[in-house]
Amino acid sequence: MEKEKVLEVQGLETSFFTHLGEVQSVRNVSFDIYKGEVVGIVGESGSGKSITCMSIMKLLQHPGKIKNGKVLFKGQDLVTKTAKEMRQIQGDEISMIFQDPMTALNPVYTIGNQMTEVIRAHKDLSQAQADEIAIKMLEAVGIPSPEQRVKNYPHEFSGGMRQRAIIAMALSCEPELLIADEPTTALDVTIQAQILDLLKGLREKLDTSIIFITHDLGVIAELCDRVIVMYGGMMMEEATVTELFANPQNPYTIGLLKSVPNPETLTKQTLVPIPGSPPDMLHPPKGCAFCSRCEFAVKKCLDEMPEIYEITPGHRTRCHMHHPNVPKELRARLGGSAAK
Amino acid sequence: MSEYLVEIQSLKKYFTKTSGLFKKTQKHIKAVDNVNFGIKKGETLGLVGESGCGKSTTGRTVLKLYQPTAGRIIYDGVDITDYNEKQMLPYRKKMQMIFQDPYASLNSRMTISDIIGEAIDTHKVASSNGERDDIIATLLQRVGLMKDHASRYPHEFSGGQRQRIGIARALAVNPEFIICDEPISALDVSIQAQVVNMLEEIQAETGMGYLFIAHDLSMVKHISNRIGVMYLGQLVEIGNSDEIYSNPQHPYTKALLSAIPIPDPTSEKSKQRIILEGDVPSPLNPPSGCRFRTRCRYAQPKCSDVEPELKTLDATHQVSCHLY
Repeated sequence: MEKEKVLEVQGLETSFFTHLGEVQSVRNVSFDIYKGEVVGIVGESGSGKSITCMSIMKLLQHPGKIKNGKVLFKGQDLVTKTAKEMRQIQGDEISMIFQDPMTALNPVYTIGNQMTEVIRAHKDLSQAQADEIAIKMLEAVGIPSPEQRVKNYPHEFSGGMRQRAIIAMALSCEPELLIADEPTTALDVTIQAQILDLLKGLREKLDTSIIFITHDLGVIAELCDRVIVMYGGMMMEEATVTELFANPQNPYTIGLLKSVPNPETLTKQTLVPIPGSPPDMLHPPKGCAFCSRCEFAVKKCLDEMPEIYEITPGHRTRCHMHHPNVPKELRARLGGSAAK
Repeated sequence: MSEYLVEIQSLKKYFTKTSGLFKKTQKHIKAVDNVNFGIKKGETLGLVGESGCGKSTTGRTVLKLYQPTAGRIIYDGVDITDYNEKQMLPYRKKMQMIFQDPYASLNSRMTISDIIGEAIDTHKVASSNGERDDIIATLLQRVGLMKDHASRYPHEFSGGQRQRIGIARALAVNPEFIICDEPISALDVSIQAQVVNMLEEIQAETGMGYLFIAHDLSMVKHISNRIGVMYLGQLVEIGNSDEIYSNPQHPYTKALLSAIPIPDPTSEKSKQRIILEGDVPSPLNPPSGCRFRTRCRYAQPKCSDVEPELKTLDATHQVSCHLY
């Protein structure tokens, strides 16, 4: 069955033009988001995952600029839109949740005030009707006695409740696409479990597509249908969740999976860390961004940027090991290393 | 001679909050309330719990960075609870700490050799300047940095490297016991494993004891021999780390463990998750009786009246709950 594409990102390149030089935060990223699916973007700090989403929303701050590429949302290219045109879309058709629930709300307005502001900016409704939607949304995200709670100020909410209120706000105009930028990183595990549970429930109810940015592979395994792995501003691998964890085909993904412990195994595991540290994006390596830390790196990796190869339908990886001319035995080392 | 390197008995740390006219009204925040545990040589005790549960305060009180309100701290058989700063000096050399934020814990105006050397000077570890430089060079190599890094400043290093410098500083005086207060939570995933592996190697070489405070439960399980679970200032369960994970007894431990996202989609789908309702109550005004009862699904009338005590299930496993 061919599903409806909500978002198509094609060859996106975003750079920050600082006084020290150009920082290439996002380098040639392309992916599609289908209706109703949850796509996780995983990567370390500085891998470009947040900047990719900021570029989609066109929320880049100076000196950031989209250099190249297209962001097609329901067939229209968002890159060419003016700030005014974008405001019609932001918060209405695409909305975003940020990492820190403590700073995302304005402390001098009530929760209800901030929620109805969004609703009335996009819909032709009276204050009373907007209030009603706000209360309904707060109830949907599991805030007890929402009629009273809309009159509260953000400081009267705990961290978990603030994040719920922000989710309610983001969903109040029934967006087609929700971008969640590490929404649970600042929360405790028990509150994180509540929020993930809430997002799972809402997704079934509203059929919203979600892009979920995180650095936690456990959260990816729990919530997402598909995963995109980013490193050094590039997409390293893309696959369904089950495929990525069972059969990772990129040295970076393999390294990442081996460096986190699984609390369910009872025997003592040895963690295999990835040596070194992430590249300096002011002077990105000429070839593959990961080559200086990769155990499979050959000379070609230093000189030449690998292409993206499609291994099986939907499973794509950026690595020279998957070039059709590489002998099978050599490639088998990748799989063998993943199994270890 | 006690079997423990560090032992704390009925440790309490209350912070006083004053309010009202002339600050008359006093309220106590019971950050740590009646906590007991011991750490042996070469052992790692993990301390887990949500933010605000008192795990960091416990760590700082053990080092007497906070003066305990009540209870005893016993180091290698000696009661150091009432020692003054001068008497504490030899113990400061034996107990060290690694902090959470590698950006805030290093003085940005000092070179790396000054940062590491400060402790060496205070405790007179080196007899000459040459020896001091040698010690610093060896330490830097031990934590995977180079000896010519010594003349640089903290801003020239990445987060993972700074945390290594923090570890080198703690190791500088050859301590017997280190408190690791969330040493990896500010680091990237691929760097966390580097630091954890290094801490394990150092422990294997020197036989040091660790108190490992963290909220990342999967890493805590990986590094710890035993684990203590804290909730609102109290220790609710303590036991061997495999035992805690495979056979948790306290309802809070069960909920906390089921909340960990597992990096494996197949087992993730089949997992039964216990979702806790609501948030942690305020430590200013904790619930009567068992502090967990407001979020506990097994709560009985007894739980609001009687505070449960830590009961011994077997030699190593203790739990504080009326169900047992």
